[in-house]
Amino acid sequence: MKEPIVEMRDLWLSLKGRPILEAVDLTLEEGDYLGLIGPNGSGKTTLLRVILGLLSPDRGTVRVFGQEPAQARGRIGYVPQYTRFDADFPMSVLDVVLMGRLAGRGLFRRQSDRDRDVALSSLEKVEMTDLAGRQIGKLSGGQLQRVMIARALAVEPRLLLLDEPTASLDTRVGVSVYELLKALSREVTLVLVSHDVGVISRYVKTVACLNRRLYYHRSKEITPEMFEAAYGCPVDLVAHGHAHRVLADHLVEEAGQD
Amino acid sequence: MTLDALDFPFFQRALVAGLLASVAGGVIGTYVMVRRIVSVSGGISHAAFGGVGLGYFLGFSPVMGALGFGLLSGIGVGLAYRRFGSGLDTLIAMVWAVGMALGMLLIAMTPGYAPDLTSYLFGSLVLVSRDYILLIAGVDLVILVTVAVLFDHLRAIAFDEEFAQVVGEPVAGLFLTLMGLTALTVVSLMRVVGVILVIALLSLPAAIAQQWSEDLRNMMLVAVLVSAFCTTGGLFLSFWLSVAWGLDAPSGPLIVLLAASLYGLSSAFKAAGKTEVSR
Repeated sequence: MKEPIVEMRDLWLSLKGRPILEAVDLTLEEGDYLGLIGPNGSGKTTLLRVILGLLSPDRGTVRVFGQEPAQARGRIGYVPQYTRFDADFPMSVLDVVLMGRLAGRGLFRRQSDRDRDVALSSLEKVEMTDLAGRQIGKLSGGQLQRVMIARALAVEPRLLLLDEPTASLDTRVGVSVYELLKALSREVTLVLVSHDVGVISRYVKTVACLNRRLYYHRSKEITPEMFEAAYGCPVDLVAHGHAHRVLADHLVEEAGQD
Repeated sequence: MTLDALDFPFFQRALVAGLLASVAGGVIGTYVMVRRIVSVSGGISHAAFGGVGLGYFLGFSPVMGALGFGLLSGIGVGLAYRRFGSGLDTLIAMVWAVGMALGMLLIAMTPGYAPDLTSYLFGSLVLVSRDYILLIAGVDLVILVTVAVLFDHLRAIAFDEEFAQVVGEPVAGLFLTLMGLTALTVVSLMRVVGVILVIALLSLPAAIAQQWSEDLRNMMLVAVLVSAFCTTGGLFLSFWLSVAWGLDAPSGPLIVLLAASLYGLSSAFKAAGKTEVSR
């Protein structure tokens, strides 16, 4: 059997004494396209950061491409939920995307023509070629988000992790991003974090619900049990828009989107 | 009349030292600015003063003492910074104050004549020796070669360290390299404006440059030019005040005040430009 892309076994993790992930088991096979849903603070971003080797579990194992996560770097594309950098940073869109080409380049090899070609074609995929020379601080939120996606694509990753990639995009661009990801999912293994349940179920191949514990049956169907476990409420209440009657406010925000 | 200054060898040396130090200061100041480690660089420069004291006390070159202390504190603070992130104020304040305290104490305890502290605290370009000029030139060379080779990588960790780590960059090593270069720069600026004012010459020209640059290379170039303008201007101003008015105004503080005024002007122009664009 082929080696899984990601394998987590009985993974536990707490941050500052607060439990974030509990007993998480997850196997991603080559070609999977997993949609990960769950309320705010349910550990979605943390789960991605474990796969990236940015956080280490307290207990349990995680292997990426059969290796320690830190060893697997350079083959993963990552689109973070929040951008941490300065808008004033003097750097062009193309240079930001070229950061993706640093993967596996080594410290002393110069940037090649191919690096440039890959970066430009990544920008083309997100319809941002026109703005390649623009300073990064002069973009709108949606444009910046697309640059982040292009930067992750420039890695030419085998595994692509996206944390709420369409949060700041308008609907048209959001849909085009989902179409792009769908096309990519033929070659790349994807994990898409979102709380937009409707969109998730339209585009991904399988869905998992996370709320400290992961509920996942390698299927696209979100069973009422999964949903109830993750969101703490029966799925039909949410689906019919009556959630506000029975749920705390923060859960309405999360679950009432679709 | 002021141009007569160029006839004096001490003035020529001062001018060359100031220009060479501007290269290191502008290039590394750019990183210090965009990576937001201005306070860290301040800590390093004050720690270096402890090395000056140790040099006097044990009878070796104070400049070498500053170099050693600067590098040690730079790498120490760098390691702590990576571990604790921005919750580092206390440690920086401690390194900052302990360096100064140690320097003062050791110099006071040094037997024999008391060295002139102000030349280290506020700089003394006019007393710069040929050896010190060679030292700054060496520092420039190290910085320019390192930055030329590692440009993309240093920019990546300054811009978005998390993503740099995800694509497999050796972020810890790169950050420590940056801290080492910062320590070297601090020592080359020490005789220009003094340990207390180094922080100004590292940050102000780069801050001005950032207002007018959309590219990191341009920002470095502009920062070097602004820094060169300030050091040269400060020197001539100091000479003129002394010849025309008989005032003994040291160049270090003049250089810093010149840089601060330029920053004020630049910010005003920038703000005016923005208002115009948005109408």
